[in-house]
Amino acid sequence: MVISQETKIINLAIDGQPVKTKEGTTVLESAQQAGIYIPTLCYHHSLTPSGSCRMCIVEIEGMRGFSTACTTPAIEGMVVKTNTPQLQELRRDILELILSEHPYACLICDRKEHCEPFHITLRKQAETTGCTMCPKNGRCELQKVVDYVGLTEIRLAPSRREAPILKDSPFFDRDYNLCILCGRCIQVCQEVRGIGAIAFTYRGSRTLPGTAFDKSLQDSGCQFCGACVDICPTAALTERSGRWRGLPERSVITTCPYCGVGCQLSLEIKGNRILRTVPVMENSVNSGQACVKGRFGITEFVHHPQRLTMPLIRKNGKLVEASWEEALDLVTEKLASYKGDEFAFIASGKCTNEENYLAQKFTRTVMATNNIDTSARLCHAPTVAGLAQAFGSSATTNSISEIRSAACILVVGSNTSSTHPVIALEIKRAVQNGGKLIVADPRDIELCRYADIWLSHSPGTDVALLMGMMRVIFDEGLADLAFIKEYCENFDAFKKSLKNFNLDSVEKVTCVPGDKIAEAARLYATYKPASIIYGTGITQHSHGTDNVLALANLAMLTGNIGKPSTGVNPLSGQNNVQGACDTGALPDVYTAYQSVDNPDIQKKFEIAWGCSLSASPGLAVTEIRDAIYKGEVKAIYLMGGNPVLSEPDAKHAQEALNKLEFLVVQDIFLSETAQLADVVLPAASFAEKDGTFTNTERRIQRIRKAIEPAGNSKPDWWIICQIAGRLGGKGFSFEHPSQIMSEIASLTPSYGGVSYQRLEEGAMQWPCPDDAHPGTSILHAGKFARGKGKFSPLIYKSPCELPDKEYPLVLTTGSSLYHFRTGTMTRKITGLNAIEPEGVIEINPVDACPLKISDGSKVKVVSRRGEVIARAKVTEKSPPKVVFMTSHFAESAVNILTNPVLDPISKTPELKVCAIRVEEVQEL
Amino acid sequence: MAFEEIHSRAISEWESLQSSSKPRILVGAGTCGRAAGALGILEAINKELTQRKVEAVITQVGCLGLCYAEPMIGIIKPGYPQIIYGNLTPKLAAQLIDDYLVSDNPRPDLALGYIGDSKINGIPNLFELPVLKPQVRIILRNCGFIDPENINHYIANEGYSGLVKALKMTPEAIIEEIKKSGLRGRGGAGFSTGQKWDSCRTAPGGEKYIICNADEGDPGAFMNRALLEGDPHSVLEGIVIGAYAIGANQGYIYCRAEYPLALERLRLALHQMEECGLIGDNILDSGFNFHIKIKEGAGAFVCGEETALMASIEGKRGMPRPRPPFPAISGLWGKPTNINNVETWANAALILQRGSEWYAQYGSERSKGTKTFALVGKVELTGLIEVPLGITLGEIIYDIGGGILKGKGFKAVQTGGPSGGCLPASMLNSPVDYESLTAAGSIMGSGGMIVADEDTCMVDLTKYFLSFTQAESCGKCPPCRVGTRQMLGILERITQGEGKPGDIEQLEKLANTVKQSALCGLGQTAPNPVLTTIRYFRDEYEAHINEKRCPALVCKDLISFYILPDKCQGCMICLRNCPVEAISGGKRLVHVIDQDKCVKCGTCLDVCPPRFAAVAKVSGEQIEVPQQPTPIGKSV
Repeated sequence: MVISQETKIINLAIDGQPVKTKEGTTVLESAQQAGIYIPTLCYHHSLTPSGSCRMCIVEIEGMRGFSTACTTPAIEGMVVKTNTPQLQELRRDILELILSEHPYACLICDRKEHCEPFHITLRKQAETTGCTMCPKNGRCELQKVVDYVGLTEIRLAPSRREAPILKDSPFFDRDYNLCILCGRCIQVCQEVRGIGAIAFTYRGSRTLPGTAFDKSLQDSGCQFCGACVDICPTAALTERSGRWRGLPERSVITTCPYCGVGCQLSLEIKGNRILRTVPVMENSVNSGQACVKGRFGITEFVHHPQRLTMPLIRKNGKLVEASWEEALDLVTEKLASYKGDEFAFIASGKCTNEENYLAQKFTRTVMATNNIDTSARLCHAPTVAGLAQAFGSSATTNSISEIRSAACILVVGSNTSSTHPVIALEIKRAVQNGGKLIVADPRDIELCRYADIWLSHSPGTDVALLMGMMRVIFDEGLADLAFIKEYCENFDAFKKSLKNFNLDSVEKVTCVPGDKIAEAARLYATYKPASIIYGTGITQHSHGTDNVLALANLAMLTGNIGKPSTGVNPLSGQNNVQGACDTGALPDVYTAYQSVDNPDIQKKFEIAWGCSLSASPGLAVTEIRDAIYKGEVKAIYLMGGNPVLSEPDAKHAQEALNKLEFLVVQDIFLSETAQLADVVLPAASFAEKDGTFTNTERRIQRIRKAIEPAGNSKPDWWIICQIAGRLGGKGFSFEHPSQIMSEIASLTPSYGGVSYQRLEEGAMQWPCPDDAHPGTSILHAGKFARGKGKFSPLIYKSPCELPDKEYPLVLTTGSSLYHFRTGTMTRKITGLNAIEPEGVIEINPVDACPLKISDGSKVKVVSRRGEVIARAKVTEKSPPKVVFMTSHFAESAVNILTNPVLDPISKTPELKVCAIRVEEVQEL
Repeated sequence: MAFEEIHSRAISEWESLQSSSKPRILVGAGTCGRAAGALGILEAINKELTQRKVEAVITQVGCLGLCYAEPMIGIIKPGYPQIIYGNLTPKLAAQLIDDYLVSDNPRPDLALGYIGDSKINGIPNLFELPVLKPQVRIILRNCGFIDPENINHYIANEGYSGLVKALKMTPEAIIEEIKKSGLRGRGGAGFSTGQKWDSCRTAPGGEKYIICNADEGDPGAFMNRALLEGDPHSVLEGIVIGAYAIGANQGYIYCRAEYPLALERLRLALHQMEECGLIGDNILDSGFNFHIKIKEGAGAFVCGEETALMASIEGKRGMPRPRPPFPAISGLWGKPTNINNVETWANAALILQRGSEWYAQYGSERSKGTKTFALVGKVELTGLIEVPLGITLGEIIYDIGGGILKGKGFKAVQTGGPSGGCLPASMLNSPVDYESLTAAGSIMGSGGMIVADEDTCMVDLTKYFLSFTQAESCGKCPPCRVGTRQMLGILERITQGEGKPGDIEQLEKLANTVKQSALCGLGQTAPNPVLTTIRYFRDEYEAHINEKRCPALVCKDLISFYILPDKCQGCMICLRNCPVEAISGGKRLVHVIDQDKCVKCGTCLDVCPPRFAAVAKVSGEQIEVPQQPTPIGKSV
C-alpha cells in the first residue's frame, strides 16, 4: 500500500559536511544526495546493494574496519569519511586486483586519447582486446572509477581468463574476459525480471556469471530482455547491433511502438540511423526496463530494406511504383465516387492519436459516413462497452505503478509476461513484496510460476468462474456491503443472478475444483487492495462484454475500485488502441466517446468542423465484411491494419476484400493485406514522425521524430491531410501534429488540458480536462464516472462452438513474447525469427499420443472454416482437450480457423474459442 | 508422557545394561573407526561369538578420540572394569574374544587401558595415560560410552535435564545463566554466546530462527562430526534450550552432506525426541513449540560462513552478504536468526545441566570452559582432544600429542584451519585462548590443529592453505577472489625457485589489502597463513627467494638428489626402482643420476639401503659427482 509515513530526518557528517537524510537511507545514498561522489561498481539504484565490489568502502567513526557505504544504513550522528589516503590506497589496491583479470590497457594508457581516430580501421576485429576496440569505451564505469582513484600502473601478474566469447544470444555477446563479477546482470535478472536465467557459476577464481550447466541462454529461460546488457558496467555484455558503427551522435526519447505499456525508449542515433533502442530509466512507466521486442526488435524493422518507399498503384493486376502526385490523384478520384456509406475507413491502434483523429474527421466530414472503426474492435471493444456500462468510463481504472503495491492481484485471460512483459515485472514485484497472485487461465502461462493459486478453467467459462467466486464472497460475508450501499446500484438484481452459480455447477462448467475457486475468492476478497488485470482472454468471446461486466461486478462487490492498487485493468494489446478509441475512430462516437446520435454533440462537432454530420452510427470492422458481400460497402481506406491475418475466418475476410471496388492501404510494409490493394501508400514509421500514443493506463505520451522517413514514405497524418484536401475537405491544413492535438483538446473533454508544450514536461493520464489539471491516475475515486457503479446480473453462456465428435479439441489463441500481432514488424527481425522461427500448435501429450503426434511433427489443424499446417509442440502447458496457437505467422495463419461469431454488444469476434481437429501429416 | 516417566524408563534400561550378566562389547564405529576397519572388526567379533557360542551385548559407539589407536573396542566383562583395546585387526579381535571372554586372559599387550575403580594387572588406567590425563572431557563425556542411537542412554546420563530445567526458567534467566558461564562461540570468532542470544531475543519480530552450523569444512577438522556421531542429543538439547530462550519455533541444522553417518544419527535422534515429546508442539507440556529441519550442505567451504549458510538454506547460492544487518536482526528469510556452531550448542546444554558456576571452573580468565581440537599432523598421538582453555600449545603437542612423530623437531602448529595462522616454537608456551591466539596472529577457529615438523616447508604449507582458500572463495568480492589467487601465484613462483626480491613485501601488501577489504570472515582471514609464516618464518621465504634453497628440502624445483661416489656400492637397487630411468650404472659401478631426467620423487633415497646411505638430498648446493658411472673405489 502506498501509505505516506512520517519519515524521520537524520543528520550525519560526510567528509565534514553536514548531511540531512531520511531514515532508512544508506550512507551511499546520503552521500549521493549531498553531491559527494563515492566510487561504486556493483551498486545500482534499482538493485539490492550487494557490497561485493568493495569500492565504496568508507571509514565510519566508532565502527571497526571499513564499511561498504552501499549497505550501511545511515544513522543519526554518524561521522563518515569517504576519501582518506588510506581508503584511496585500499581502493587502488582492490581495483588493481580487479584489473589483473581484465584487459586494462584502455584504462591506464596515457595515449588513450590519441587512438580515437583509429577506431574505424580497427573495428572489423571480432574480439575486444584492448583500448581501441572495446565497445564500451567512453561509457565504461570501470574507466570512471579508475580515473577517480588515480590508478596508473598494474603491478600484479595478469591472470586473464581466456574465456571464449559466448554468442548464443541473437542480440548480444557475452565476453566474460571483461567481466568484473559485479553481479548486476544476475541481480537484475532475478530481482527485477524475476527470471533467474543466469547466476554465478563455479567457485574461486573460476567464478563467472553463467547459465545452469552451461546451457544456452534460451534453454536456461532467458527472455532476451537485455536488462543485463543495459546494467553491465563494462563491455562484458554488449549488444551486437550497431556495435561497429561507433558512438551515437544524439539520442531521442520516444514511445515504444509495440504493446500498450508505452515504454519510453531512447533511440541512439548516428546520422540518419538508429543504432539501438535503450529503455529510459528516469520518469518513465518502464523504469529502465523493456522487453525483447522494444529492446532489440526495432532498429531492424525501421531500417528494413523491404520498407515501402514509394507509392504503389495496381496496373494490369500488378502493383507498380508511382509518384505521390499520381497516387494521391488516383485515390482522390476514386474516393470521390464512394462518398457516403459505401465507404469505410479502418483506422489503427498502431497510429498516433492525431492520425486516428484525422481519420475519423476525414471519414465523417469528407466522406460523410460514420463507417470508421479500428483494430480495437478485434480486442478491446467489450472493455469499452462493459466498463462504460458498469462504471461510466471505458478505460483502465488504475495505473501501472500501483500494481507492485497490491495485496492481491487477479490476472485473468492475460499472458502478461508475453503480451505486456514490463507490466508482468510489476506483478512479479508485487509478489516479491508479499502480495498474493491468482492466475485464471486455461494454460500454464509463465505467471503461474509466481501464483498462489492457478485456476485452469476451460476456455470461455470466465463468467461462470467469476460469478462462482462472487457467490462465495457474498455467501461468506466477505462482500463490502457498506461500499456497495453507498456507491453502487442494481445490487439486488445482481444478487439474484448469483443463485445460478453454486460451486458444484460452476465446477462442472469450468473444470476447476470448487474449493480452489472458493480459496481464490477468499484471497481476492480479503487481501486488500486487490487489483484485477485482464487481457484479450476476457474480451475475445461471443460474450466478451459479459466477461468484462463480471470483472466489474467482482471489483465493486469487494470495494476494490477507486482506490490505489485496486481496479479493473484491461491491458491494451497495441501501443495506441486506447488512443484510437479516445480520438473517435469508432463508428458510434466522436472523441472521448461522445455519441454520434446525441444531437447536442452532433451540433458541437458540426459547428467545429463546419459541415453537417450523420447521426446514424456506422459499421464495425467486423460488420463491414458482410456489408461488402451485400454490396453496401464498396471502397475501403485501410490505415496500418492487416485484416487478412487478424480477422477471424480469415479466408472469408480476404475474399471480401477482393470483392471491393477500391482498396487503398497505407502501411510501412507491403503486408498480406496491402498486397490486395489498388493503391498502397508508404507510411513513415513511428521513429520518423511526431505524435502521441495513449498507453493502457490512459497516459498520453509523445513519440518524436528521430530520423527522416525511409525513402519517400510520409507520416499518415500528412497523407490523410493531402487526400482530404484534394477531396475538398476543410480543416486539414495542418503543418505539425501539435496543431492537430490542439484541435483534439478543444473538442475532447478528457484531453482538454493536453498540449505538446505540457507533454514536454511529462506525460499525463486522462482525464485531464484543462491546462491546470495534473491528470488522473485513478478513475472513479470517490465517485463513479457514471454516478453510481452499476452491478449487472449475468447468466452463463457457453462459447458458440463447442467440441464435438468431428472437431474434438478446443483451439484457443494468443501471443508469443517474441512476436507481435500479425508479425509485420517482428518477423522482419532476424534475432526474433531465430528464437521463434515459426508458428506451432501446442498440444497436450494426452491428446497428441493417440494421434501419433510427437514434438516437432507436422500436423494439419482443421476447423469448420479452413485448415492450416503447423508443427506440433507437445507440452503440458496446454491442458488436455485444449490446443493453442499464436496469430503471428502467415504460414500457419490461425485466423483461417477461428470463428467469426460476434459478441452482440461489442461486435468483437470469438477469437479465443473454436472447435478443431488435429491430423497427422505424413512428411516425405 | 511426563519427563519423570521417560527418565525413569531410561535409568532402568541403563542400569540393567550395566548389571547385565552378559559381557558387553563396545565397538568404536564412528566414521573414523569405520575408516580404520571397525566394521570388519565387528563382523569378526560376531562370527567368533557365534562360533564360540558366547552371548554378548554389542554396541556401536562413537569416537573415543584416540585416532592413533583406531580401530578400537571396549570390553566389559561382568564384574570387571571396562578395558579398551586399540590397533586391532579382525584376526586380533577374534583372538581377543577367545582369550578374554572364553579363556580369561585380558591380554594386557593389546590393551590401551582400563576404565573404572578396580585395577587389572598389567593394564594402566586409561585416563591416567599421558594422552588423556591433561584432557577435560566434558563435551565429549559420552562419546565412546553410550549408544548414540539410543536416546535412553543419553537421558540416563543427565541428558535433557538441562532442557527440563530451562523450560521452568524464564528465557531471560537462561540467557543470564549462559552469560554467567562465560561461554564464547566455538565456531571460532569467540563472540559471547549469551550476548548473541540476547540480541536475537530482543530483536523486533515475531518469527525467529535458530541454526546449528554443522558445516565443518576446515581441512583436518572433525570435532563436530565426532560429536554428532557419538552424542547427537547433547547438541540437540542445546538447540532446543536456545530456541526456547530466544523465542524461535523453527530451527535448522546445516550439516555437510559429506557426513552421512552424522546425518543419519541426527535424523534418528530427532525422531526419538519427537516420540519423547522433546521436540515438536508443546514440548514437555510447556506450551513451547519447536521444530527442526536438517539441511544438507553441498560441499562449499564458504557455507560455514553464517550469512552464506543462510543464503544456502534459502535455496540461493551460498554467498556471504555484508553486515549490518546482523543475523540477529535480519537473518534467515529476513527474520531474526541465531546461529551457533555444533560445539557451542553442546556447551549450552551442559551449562544448563550443571550450572554456570560449575562450567566456569574450567578455562582461563576470559576464555571459559573447554575446547575440542582435532590434533593432527606430525604428532605421535593424533586424536580428537578436549582441553580446558588456557592450556599451552606445548602441553597439547607434547603431553597429549606425545611429541613430534619419529622424534623429529617441531616447527610450527597451525590453528584455526585455513583462516588461522602458523605459530612457531617460541609460542609453545602461549596459552590456548581466544585473545592469545589472536595476538599471535592466528585464531581459535573451530578447532583444527595441524602440527608441522622440521621437514615441513612453511612456504609450501602456506601455498597449500592458499590454494584451498582461493579454490573455495565464493568469488563475490575481488579482494578474496583475486587477492588469494595473486598471493597463491607468488607463493607458487617462490616454491618453484622463481621468487624475486620484493615478493615478500608484495605478499604482505596483498595480504593486508585482503584482510582489510574482503567482504566476509573467510576472505578477511584467508591471508593469515601468509602473514604468520612471513612473521615467524621469514628466513624460509628469503632462502627460497634469494638462495633458491628450500631449507626443509620439500620444494621439488629447489632440491636435487645425488649419489655419493664414496658411499655407493653399485647394488643397482636405486637404478631398478627409478620410475623415470634417470639413473645409470651397473654392478660395482658408482651410479649417476641424470639431473635433467630426475623428477625428484625421492624413490632412490627411500630404497638405498641405510647401511650405504649413498643418496643425498640437497637444496641450494651442488655436489661434485662423476658424469658417467665409474668403478667403485676409483677417485673422481
